Amino acid sequence: MSDFQPVLSARLGKKNSCALATYVADGGYASWKKVLAGSKTGEWTPAKVTDLVKASGLRGRGGAGFPTGMKWTFVPPKEKRGDKPVYLLCNADESEPGTFKDRILIEKDPHQILEGMMLASFALDVKHAYIYIRGEMVHGAEILNAAIDEAYAAGLLGKNVLDSGMDFDITVHRGAGAYICGEETALIESLEGKRGHPRIKPPFPAVSGVWNAPTVVNNVETLCCVKHILDRGADWFKGIGRNERNTGPKLYCVSGHVVKPGVYEAPMGIPFRELLAMCGGMRGGRKVKAVIPGGSSAPMLTGDEMMDVPLDFDGVAAAKSMLGSAAIIVMDETTDIPKAVANIAKFYAHESCGQCTPCREGTPWLHKMLKRIVNGQGKKADVEMLLQVAGQMGNGMTICVFADAAIAPVLSAIPKFREEFEAYVTKSAAPGFEQPAAAGITSKVAERTAEGMHS
Amino acid sequence: MSGGANTPVDTLPGQPPVGEHGALSCGKALSFSPAAEARFEKLLTRYPTKQAALLPTLWIAQEEWGWISREAVDYVATRLGLSSAFVWGVVTFYTMYNRAPVGKHLIQVCTSISCHLNGAEEVFHACRRKLGDLKPGQTSADGKFTVVEVECLAQCDKAPAVMVNGDDHARITLENLDAFLSELK
Repeated sequence: MSDFQPVLSARLGKKNSCALATYVADGGYASWKKVLAGSKTGEWTPAKVTDLVKASGLRGRGGAGFPTGMKWTFVPPKEKRGDKPVYLLCNADESEPGTFKDRILIEKDPHQILEGMMLASFALDVKHAYIYIRGEMVHGAEILNAAIDEAYAAGLLGKNVLDSGMDFDITVHRGAGAYICGEETALIESLEGKRGHPRIKPPFPAVSGVWNAPTVVNNVETLCCVKHILDRGADWFKGIGRNERNTGPKLYCVSGHVVKPGVYEAPMGIPFRELLAMCGGMRGGRKVKAVIPGGSSAPMLTGDEMMDVPLDFDGVAAAKSMLGSAAIIVMDETTDIPKAVANIAKFYAHESCGQCTPCREGTPWLHKMLKRIVNGQGKKADVEMLLQVAGQMGNGMTICVFADAAIAPVLSAIPKFREEFEAYVTKSAAPGFEQPAAAGITSKVAERTAEGMHS
Repeated sequence: MSGGANTPVDTLPGQPPVGEHGALSCGKALSFSPAAEARFEKLLTRYPTKQAALLPTLWIAQEEWGWISREAVDYVATRLGLSSAFVWGVVTFYTMYNRAPVGKHLIQVCTSISCHLNGAEEVFHACRRKLGDLKPGQTSADGKFTVVEVECLAQCDKAPAVMVNGDDHARITLENLDAFLSELK
């Protein structure tokens, strides 16, 4: 691990890292030029780029971990799709609590993303690609637009790019504050000028996506990886990571109670213990109580369960959680878990798109019950009721996986920290009741129970 | 959406009257300025359908007039060949379109999990109290401040995170809140 050199984040600390001149000086757009020049001689074809990405083992960095090259091959060939154009959508709608890697890439190295999009577009025969950026990233959108203007001025975008005979455009499209638009079909609906309601699949976007045309949606970090695979080859990429199913460099976002929260780049599969050390360990030298390893929608693990988990798709799945967007939220021993879960439930209740009844009704229900519990007004039956309601919301009951995301923190936290939830309801059920020390409730929790929730 | 940054404002006192399709009225006819019109025309060249330009056109409208009034909804609908009801349906889905006038400084305090773990709720409530006991979404009497609680701003490494009129502010705590607010004043 010690000889690993950052790749995706290599330029982030550099002066004028967003400028085209510094990007080119650092070797940027060499692959775009190489591929376009090679397309005229037949040295580079769309299929060759796709094969390279497939051979690298790259799995999407947006959360699902689906193999990127395979996703590209789902787009029907020209003879089947006829005159329909193919669209590439860069998913920059980063809204998952705990996740902020794409924001850093957007704000510090926009040309890296653009070059990844250009190369992916070449592979997919895309003439116009869109970057769907979340509305809150105001400066990110400005930075991307400035970079795109520079690229047009330099002939890297537009008509007859670099004299290749190909036309290629990129447009930045700002969202307006809806978490669900990170889901690829909701993103497509939103780009079409509608409410961001997820679509029923099939048809999958690769066959019928935006404007009923074949569409590929890739995450920001995924597209950055494509650029480096073209720069250095599939074998180089495959050589990084724990095994053949989990390859390449990875950006981990660490937040919560660590000494140095931030984005850390490491080979896919770095053990949590090592990543924690990179972050300077726990604030105040406290113990790790719980960790959410993949953004707020991932099941919570205890500190003990987490320590030696390899942080890749299969490693975290084996620990019964998920890597997701690799947003690692670390909670120390002072954390009030029911309050943390209530906070996450508030997020999902706020962000449900309202299309499916189990999600529309279930997410506010979970939040109301959790809020009641941490406010000291919970009933004994509430803890079981939470599990029951959450149990009826997931596993294919809804159009998209939002409901599954919303229930994961509840279904994982209650069994692992049940005594904390029960301490709240026991206390409220019997006014004046003092929690016995034997129940294992820390004094901190007891204090907080007495305080209640602020809001 | 069960509620958002803008949800409570319709019920607050001192707001303009509610017009058709639930939108508040600004009471005047609207049309884009030449600069906004140029942006709008350029926008239309970037999409294969007019409807796809809806979100960016609403952004232009909000930048022009500060919020999305009933008249703004009608104007955008006309320009894009959509019904006002449809446009209003889209406006209400997204939390960042202001459905009522907001203060000179729109202060958005993130209280999602990483910020919560670092005391964001206390910062949000202290912020409201210090600016005149404002309710969430309410604008101060002098029109300077609107304070809202928002979901994740993707600045979890800088928790608690606050956004003011699109500018990001990192690590706003109870200790530095007074200094932060006095800079805005």
